[in-house]
Formats: sequence, structure tokens, C-alpha cells
Amino acid sequence: MANSITSTGHVDHLEKLMPHESIINDEGEHVVLPQHRHHFETAEQQREAGSFGMWLFLLTEIMFFGGLFFAYLLYRNWYYPAFAVASNQLNVPEGAANTAILITSGFFMALGVWAAEVRKKKLLVLMLVFTTIFGVAFLGVKADEYHEKYEKHHIPGASFSTSMFTNPPVNPKTGKPDELPLAPDMAQHTEIFFFLYFAMTGMHAFHMIIGIVLLFWLTWRAHRGEFSSGYVAPIENFGLYWHFVDIVWLFLFPLLYLINRHPIH
Amino acid sequence: MSTPITHTIVNLPDQATARIPKRNYINNEHGLLSWLLTGDHKRIAILYLISITFFFFIGGAFAGLIRLELLTPAPDLVSSDTYNKFFTMHGIIMIFLFLVPSVPATLGNFLIPIMIGAKDLAFPKINLLSWYLYVIGGILTLAALVLGGVDTGWTFTTPLSTHYLNTHVITAATAIFIAGFASIFTGLNFIVTIHRMRAPGMTWFRMPLFVWSNYAASILMVLGTPVLAITLVLVALERLIGIGVFDPTKGGDPLLFQHLFWFYSHPAVYIMILPGMGVISEVISTFSRKRVFGYTAVAFSSVAIALFGFFVWAHHMFIMGVSNYSALVFSLLTMLVAVPSAIKIFNWAFTLQKGSITFETPMLYAFAFIGLFTIGGLTGIFLGSLGMDIHLTETYFIVAHFHYVMVGGMLMAFLAGIHFWWPKMTGRMYPESLSKLSAVTSFIGFNLTFMPQFILGYLGMPRRYHAYPAEYQVLNVLSTAGATVLGVGFMLPLLYLGWSLKYGAIAGNNPWQATGLEWQIQSPPLTENFTEIPIIDYEAYDYEWLEKKQREEVTTVG
Amino acid sequence: MAHEVSHDQAHDPSNVTNPEHAEHHIVTPIQYCLVFATLLVGTAITVAAAYVNMGAFNPVIALAIACTKAVIVILFFMHVKYQSRLIKLTVGAGFFAFIILVTMTLLDYISRAWGMW
Repeated sequence: MANSITSTGHVDHLEKLMPHESIINDEGEHVVLPQHRHHFETAEQQREAGSFGMWLFLLTEIMFFGGLFFAYLLYRNWYYPAFAVASNQLNVPEGAANTAILITSGFFMALGVWAAEVRKKKLLVLMLVFTTIFGVAFLGVKADEYHEKYEKHHIPGASFSTSMFTNPPVNPKTGKPDELPLAPDMAQHTEIFFFLYFAMTGMHAFHMIIGIVLLFWLTWRAHRGEFSSGYVAPIENFGLYWHFVDIVWLFLFPLLYLINRHPIH
Repeated sequence: MSTPITHTIVNLPDQATARIPKRNYINNEHGLLSWLLTGDHKRIAILYLISITFFFFIGGAFAGLIRLELLTPAPDLVSSDTYNKFFTMHGIIMIFLFLVPSVPATLGNFLIPIMIGAKDLAFPKINLLSWYLYVIGGILTLAALVLGGVDTGWTFTTPLSTHYLNTHVITAATAIFIAGFASIFTGLNFIVTIHRMRAPGMTWFRMPLFVWSNYAASILMVLGTPVLAITLVLVALERLIGIGVFDPTKGGDPLLFQHLFWFYSHPAVYIMILPGMGVISEVISTFSRKRVFGYTAVAFSSVAIALFGFFVWAHHMFIMGVSNYSALVFSLLTMLVAVPSAIKIFNWAFTLQKGSITFETPMLYAFAFIGLFTIGGLTGIFLGSLGMDIHLTETYFIVAHFHYVMVGGMLMAFLAGIHFWWPKMTGRMYPESLSKLSAVTSFIGFNLTFMPQFILGYLGMPRRYHAYPAEYQVLNVLSTAGATVLGVGFMLPLLYLGWSLKYGAIAGNNPWQATGLEWQIQSPPLTENFTEIPIIDYEAYDYEWLEKKQREEVTTVG
Repeated sequence: MAHEVSHDQAHDPSNVTNPEHAEHHIVTPIQYCLVFATLLVGTAITVAAAYVNMGAFNPVIALAIACTKAVIVILFFMHVKYQSRLIKLTVGAGFFAFIILVTMTLLDYISRAWGMW
């Protein structure tokens, strides 16, 4: 392996172990990226470290949501009738639509990462915009769902009411109630379901809001061309975060909305 | 050339001509903002050192108040609610604001990049963020204190903390939530740095064992702390809205809180002790002039402790209502987790065997660690067996057990590390005779404080009570007397280390003649650590390599 | 040239700066479209299956589909299929820790009602 000679003519035998970042731009010139942090030896190292760091952060998120998922698992097991009946209060078309919306948002995000990798600035900005739009749409549907819960007195706390579980309303189409009535103590446990519903979807929505704020910032930076010369790490790493938030929802939807959609009359 | 036989390995430069290196990380930039907005891992380590020392003495003050109340059997100093606040604040501050960040955030931050040949940690800004989160968590804890205090015990057990107390639980919970993220970010930074930023030739098995220990602790920080975070959120929500997740009257299970809480808090004790064990490996090797016996075993045992540490948490809940079957399983696993710790003790003992042992202050603390940690660890085995635990849990036996491992173990290790690396961090040596006196004082004070507590617990004195039957008084008085001595022992380093900053002897690069990359660079180090990236072609703790290097080193001009 | 050097680095076993040179495999838009379609189909199946009474299998099917979707997102949208062994190990470690939390806590709850002992 021949020793390479740097621009100052000094033979640097360490060059073969630590090449300077070697991004070649469209003109075929070597470019030192301004985002190169000097405690990293190569841009490659910086990118992989950043990605690894984001994955470790996502691990903390898995464990954070994990506690809530366990609480859900426990109480669904203990109070299945209450959970089943309460779950049927959730709106499946809205939940399913939200799932599709979030998957679509993730799809656009993935395309955005691709656009950054192949350095298509306009496409990247467009993809980020679509990602944001679908993300906001998700939150809009969620807000509508929360509002409905508020009106039905299903928000845990002082205003929570179990009356529709102990005395289920009659369905005008069938002339019978949709659900069997619950005993008062079991009906009380629907509050735990709704608490977990709000806690888990609320925590999820909180992460989405943070993501959307970051998306605005990233879109603006992308528009300025910061990610079209090979520096894709922020887009890539944000994509990891966004997809993770998507995965959480992929589990929340069936667990919360689809417990028992075929109640026996 | 033959070296005279000495009883110390300290090798200082000629004090008449020695100077602190002109350019180092301390004087590289000036001004308060250059410290508060720094990305330099060494400066952040010093920021952490100052903060945790501050909180240590506040936590220590509470310990003093506890022991003061317990001088007499009658509850005559403070009311029971106030006493509850004393031990709660003592626990919260000492665990979350002192022990958890102690070695990783100070010594780990300072040394890990240097030990592996890197210029800084992977994410310097996140490192700084970590410190700010720690400070915010600390301020919120002080706020909870000033507003009236928390009296739940550091364990926040439900339903006491959620339904029966109207103290500032939510403030304290928020404080720890934030401080937890400081811990997470430190661990995250270490893992990425150790995996991805080692210098050429620095393979995993050439790294100092200090790095291995911090790596294992970092895994625990990243995977365990978030569960604490969600648990605290649930407690806060339970208090605020009364959702019923831990409330039996609404169908909740208070034990769910304990499962989630201890899922973090047991690994937390390993987060606290593992970095200390890393320090001990370095100190024992240096002051026996010998490679650590069974390097691979010690390295793997660190990771094993981290792994098994996740499997044993319910041994804190044996009497709380878990099923007997699960108690059996957890008890068995608890016996297993002791094995890797014991492996380390054996390996250190074999390192000492046939080594050239000298007794500088770091070594004194290391010896204290080995003895006291062994006692603490063995008493942990007693507590891990179900039959014994029924009688010993929630008594002073538990208090003695964890103080032996945490103070006799971890705090001694922290002091060993501070003394060992003080010359590297500051360029100055501390006064050796005074530090030896301080170490011995701490050792005596510690044993006088906590050995009686084993007996008290065995005799049945409950913990967290501010009154006790008169027959326990003698042991309590002994314990309080010991605490006074211990307090003196801990105050002294604050004084003489501060003194040494201005008047200590100039240390030079390698006053201990230790191996390790940090001893090949100047004291204090340059901001960028190395003038050129080192290439490693020798093993860790290679004293022959060091000797050869010193022989061939040019020390005079002409 | 430095570029060739970095490729040599990829095969140099003592290379520590960049130990596992993950190939910069760029996932194509076509792959993304396939994944997107699969995820939507999976969602539709989940919803449809919820309305069919399969007794104890309902939650099993729902979770199985959710897990499959999650794995696909991780492998393709998050590129893990083309990442270094370290990243794959990291993802595994995360789920392992979660599994430990769930199963070992369940140990207690499942066995509480067993017998009188």
C-alpha cells in the first residue's frame, strides 16, 4: 500500500488508516463537509455513530412504552369484559384510517431518505412536506376521537361516567343493546381501559408532535440545500425516529381498537 | 541504572523545574461561558464533579440529621413526618444525584475517550445536555425540599405515594424523571464512543477494564432508566387524575408499581457499582505493578453482571405479595447474579498475589472496597434467600447491607478513583499523608456506623422508624458516633483536594508509573487529548512495555 | 486515492476506525412501494379478521400481523436489513429487554392464583 502524499507534501503513513472524508461532489472535486465534527476521523464514522446513537435512543423509547404495554397486558387480562366493552366504544374506521395515514406518512419519509441519498433536493423537500401533512392529518383524526370521548364522559377523572356500561343504550336499528350490561364494579374498570387508551395514544401523539416540529425544522434546512450534498444523517436518523413512532401505533391500533369486535348477544 | 528500593511508586518530576503544561484543557479558553457551553468531555466531567460534590454534602447533612434523631429511643428531635422527609431526601439525593452519576459522569466522561485514544465522546453536545438535565433535576429536587419535602421514601411505594400523602411527590418525581435522562444520555454516549471511536489497534480486549465496566453500566442505563421514567409518569398521573392504575379500590394493583420501579432500581445498583469496580481494577493493577489476573474473566463478568442484573428485581418484593413461585425463581436468580461479582473479587485477589504492592491512598481505598464490598455482597446473599428475607427485610439489616455495598463499596471506589486520577485531571498531587489519614478515618467511621446496624436489624429494629425500643440504644449511639467520624473522613478530601489545586506538587505525566493511554499524555491533558492519534500495538496493563518505554525515554537535552 | 483506501479499510481486519463497513446499500423506491402496499394490506386483514369470531385466536392473529408489519418496517423502512451486525444486535437487544420486562413480571401475575402455597 503506497503511502499517500497530502497537499503539503508531507508523507502521512497514517493516511491509509484514516483517510480524510472523501466526498466527491458533482464536479468531481473533493469536498470537506462543513458538518464534519472534528472528533470523528471520517464522515463514515460520524454517520454510523449518529445512526447507532439514534437506535440506542429508540431502545430507550421501547422500554419507556414497554411499561405502559405491560400495564395494558395485565389489566386486559384481569378485566377482560370491561376492556372488551370499552374498546368497542372506539371508532374503528377512524383508527384504521389513522393507521393507513401513518403508514403513508412513513412511506413518504422513507422516500425522503432516498431522495437525500440520491441528492434530489426538490424531491426531498416534497417528501418531507407530505410526511408532515399526513402526520398532521393523523393528529387531526386523533383530536376528533378525543373530542368524542370527552362528549361521552369517557375521559378518566372526575367526569368519568360508567352509566352507558351498566345500562347500555339500545341500538335503534336492532332494537337491542349492542353490549351486555356490566356489573357496577366491572363497569368501573372501564376507566382503567380509557386511562390506558389516553396514556398510550397520548404519549404516542406527544411523540408525533415533537416529530412534526422537527419535520418543520428539517424541511426548512432541506430547502436550503443542507442535505443535498451527501450529508444525509439528520434525515436518516429522523426517519428512524418517525418509523419507530409508526411501529408503536401499529401495535396500539389492534390492541386498543380490536379487542372484541364480534360481541355475542 | 538501578532504582533504589522505595515503599512508594510515586515518581514526580523535579519540583524545582516542573511546571503545569502551558496549554491544557483548563486554560485553553477563558470565561464562564466557555465552561457552561463547552463540548469538551473533560470540562463537562469537572462540571459534574462540582455538582455531585455539592449534592453529596446535602445528602450527607440529611444523614447527619437521621443519626442525630436516632441517638435517643424517643422521637424527640423531629416529628415523624419530618423524619420521613429526612430519609427520603437522603435517599433520593444520594442515589439519583450522587451515586448514579458519580464515577460515570465524572471519571468516565473524563477518561473514556482518552483511554481508547479518541479526541472526545461521540456526541459532545448531548454530553453537555446531560449535565444540564442533571442540574435541572437537582434544582427541582431542591425545590421539592424547600417547598416542604417529600416523605414517601426514595422508593415512592404505592399506594402511600399516590393516595395517602400530600407532600411534593410530583415535584420530586419530575426531578428524577429529568435526572434519569441525564443518565440515559451519558450511557448512550459511552456505548457509541466505545463501539465506534477506538484508536487504531485498540481492540476490545486491549481496553482498560475501567472502560468495560462503564460500558456494562451504560447498557443498564440505556435499557433500565426509561422504565423508571414511565413509572414516575404513572405515579404523577395517578396523583393528578386518580386514574386507578395503582389503586386497589379501582381495580389497580399497587404491586404493578413495584414491578416497574424495581425493574429499573435493581439494575440501578449495578449502574452504581460497576464503574466503581472498573476503578478498582485500575488501582489494584497499578499499585501491585501487575496485569489484572484473568482480564477476560473480569471483562466478561462486567457484562454478565449487567445482563443478570435485569433478572432479579423482585427480590426487593418478596414480602409484598408476589406469588411464592415467582419469589422462588427470583431468589434463585439472585444467587446467580452474585457469581460474576465474586469472580471479580477473586481476580483482584490473584492480581495482588506476587505483585509489588505499595499503599498509596488509592490503594488504601481499594483495599477498603474489597473488604467492605465483600461483606455487603455476602449479606446480600442472606437477603436473597427467602426464609432469611422474611425476617431481615425492612429492618436495619437491609440498611446496613446496602450501605456496605454503596458506601463501603461504591463511595470508597469513587474516592480511590478521584485520588488516582486527580494528578491527571489537575496536574497536581494531593498531600499523601493527610489523604491516608482521611482514608483510614473514613474506614473506621464507616464500620463503626454500619456494623452495629447489621446487629440492630437482626435483632429486629425496623428501618424508617424514628423511635425504637430502649434496648437498641447502645448500638444506635455507636452508629451515630461512627457517622460523626465518617463525616470528618469525608470532609477532609474536600479540604485537601481544594488545597492541592494551588499548592500541590506538580504531578507530571505519570506519577504512578501506570500503564494506560491517559498516563502517556500531559497532566492536565490538552483539549484535544492527543497531538497525534496513537496506534496501539500492546496489551493492557503491560508493565514490561512501560518499563521499556521509560528506559528508552529521553529525559535530558544534550 | 482516498476513496480506494477506504474500501481497503473495509477488508482490513485490524481496522478499528470503521470496523464493519456497512455497504451504503440504497433501498429503492420500488422496494418502498412494495413495503407500503404490504403494510396497507396487513392493516386491512387485521381489521377484517377482528370481525370474525376466532375465539382465543383473535388477539394472536392481530398481534402476529402487527409484529410482521413492525419487522417489515424495521428491515426496510429503517434499513436494518442492510446495516451492520452491531445495529442488528442493538435492535435485538432492545426487544430482548422488553421481553424480559413482560415475561418475568408476568411470572408473578400468572402464578398468584396457583394453589394455596
